[in-house]
Amino acid sequence: MQALFSQLVAGLSLGSVLLLAALGLALTFGQMGVINMAHGEFMMAGAYTAFIIQRGIADAGTSLLLAIPLGFLVGGVMGLILEATLIRRMYHRPLDTLLVTWGVSLILQQAARDIFGAPNVDVRAPGWLSGSIDIGFTQVPAARLFILALAVAAVLGLSLLLKTTPLGRRIRGVVQNRDLAETVGISTRSTDRLTFFIGSGLAGIAGVALTLLGSTGPTLGTSYIVDAFLVVVAGGIGQIKGAVIAAFGLGLLQATFEYSTTANIAKVMVFVVVVVFLQIRPQGIFSIRTRSLA
Amino acid sequence: MTATSAKLTGKLKRNYGTLLVFVLGAVALLLVAPTVLSDFRLSLLGRFICYGIVAVGIGLAWGRGGMLTLGQGVFFGLGGYVMAMHLKLADAGLSGVPDFMRLYGAGRLPFWWEPFRSPVVTLLGVVLIPSLVAFGLGAAIFRRRVRGAYFAILSQALAAAFAILLVGQVDTIGGFNGLNGFRSFFGFYLFDPVNKRMLFYIAALILLVMLAIVWQIYRSRYGELLIAVRDQEERVRFLGYDPANIKIVAYVLAAAMAGIAGALFVPIVGIISPANVGVVPSIAFLIGVAIGGRATLFGPALGAIAVAWAQTALSESFPSFWTYFQGALFVVVIAFLPGGFSSVNLLQNPLRRLGTRAGVTRSLQPSDAAAPPPPEPGLSGVSAGSEAGR
Repeated sequence: MQALFSQLVAGLSLGSVLLLAALGLALTFGQMGVINMAHGEFMMAGAYTAFIIQRGIADAGTSLLLAIPLGFLVGGVMGLILEATLIRRMYHRPLDTLLVTWGVSLILQQAARDIFGAPNVDVRAPGWLSGSIDIGFTQVPAARLFILALAVAAVLGLSLLLKTTPLGRRIRGVVQNRDLAETVGISTRSTDRLTFFIGSGLAGIAGVALTLLGSTGPTLGTSYIVDAFLVVVAGGIGQIKGAVIAAFGLGLLQATFEYSTTANIAKVMVFVVVVVFLQIRPQGIFSIRTRSLA
Repeated sequence: MTATSAKLTGKLKRNYGTLLVFVLGAVALLLVAPTVLSDFRLSLLGRFICYGIVAVGIGLAWGRGGMLTLGQGVFFGLGGYVMAMHLKLADAGLSGVPDFMRLYGAGRLPFWWEPFRSPVVTLLGVVLIPSLVAFGLGAAIFRRRVRGAYFAILSQALAAAFAILLVGQVDTIGGFNGLNGFRSFFGFYLFDPVNKRMLFYIAALILLVMLAIVWQIYRSRYGELLIAVRDQEERVRFLGYDPANIKIVAYVLAAAMAGIAGALFVPIVGIISPANVGVVPSIAFLIGVAIGGRATLFGPALGAIAVAWAQTALSESFPSFWTYFQGALFVVVIAFLPGGFSSVNLLQNPLRRLGTRAGVTRSLQPSDAAAPPPPEPGLSGVSAGSEAGR
């Protein structure tokens, strides 16, 4: 029972990290169809933002709380620049976007290596996040609970934005039918830009959260980007809830497999499960029903 | 002159240019390079040729078939590891155990190593194992009409999973260090410069053979079908073909080429490790293909060799500069020059006359208008007419 419970906790914790990493992708890839391989480097930028802020503000708690909005801003602005310079030209060539953004991610990684140095840097966690919290059956590191809460907050915030605000309505309109949205007077250009800003900003937040789990290095993004894309593919594109279920599903699977094998084998098994799952549902958990052939 | 013979002469004329380039390439590789280059440089060129062989396959699958395969490193690695296992066993002697196993493992040979004692099984395995894996994966993915970005991401995840799997197996497959320290290649001592030269000739010959195979494929009805599937998969389906089968053939061929390249890479370079097969090397294979012109016959191999050459030259003197340069290459070539350098006007006309049949050339480059609709059910879906409207 206790083993089961600690696995559940490990899975949820892993899932929340995956979710934070994939949420921005669910917006930019899922909603806009842009495959942004530099998403991982936006996470890295968020993590380095937290590092820089902590050098200025010694108190770990304040700097963390400050890093979250600033990380969002840094990631978002980087995304905005990328959208305005490159991605804008390539909406009709999604596969080529993948390669172009990969090139961007190479450049950003090397830039991080040149600016911050190749060795990893550490961000101190605030005191109230360094201990563990006893939740009856098992001990849970407070930092992991914080990340879970952050992921839940990000999902709630994003779905509120999409469901209730005029901006969210415009985003959904453009996603569902670009031509029709344009016809009724929505500026699809500025909507694209804003969607990309928010998606990239979420990557920045994910990066800040990751500093609580480990050290930050130039290759931070690379280690998460493949998993994050797998989450979006398994979840089905176009909806946030698919990403949520897929992230926690894959997190729990990984934790379960890890219990009986090693972490490496577990990752391979998760990949196999996703491929088999796509045999049953090629469009992921949720797909918007359409009459198109694609 | 009868109609048939007129047709034949026309055909010969059209193929004349390609043949000329082919012969020039053969002369350059087999006669000029070995006399001009030092042994060290020749061995380097041999390594680049391995990348070129992978690139020929990627050109077939991606340039002509529209399948952006980000996992060629897996097939490269499968071929490479099969060859490396054989070389290790051959070095260890008749009933010996490879040195690293005595260091890290139980000192016993895992049962799945045994078949690779035989050179025949090894050579078959180099081709068949990547082909079978590609067939299984391709059948699973393409039959369910998973394509476009989904396919690209899955193939990338495959590369990640494969590298992770290898890193974890220290005792049986060398883990992070991979397999290295080979002494002989089918009985030929590897430190002998003459044998190194022989390896170069083998690699160059295989590259030429692959190019010849792909050339014939591009000229065949199948080659035309592959382009049709790339540009309008649904129409091909409506014409009564199964696009999945057409794609699987190209994907399997590309995998087999990558496997053969990997097997050549092992004796030439002397090591195969997870660093050669993961996500990063798999994508790095693509840049040369894109630069050379993904849908052309000679472009991918030339591009791959050129990029590898540039990498060696630049990273020797400016290591950090190379990464910036590589990133910039991806951005500039793909965003602004999707046809590669063979689509640049200066080069285009001679290449068009030389490299391809006139009829194919027109539909050669994946044009924006004819590109398959992006895999975005959320976007393309709601109105059935949106495809025409875009």
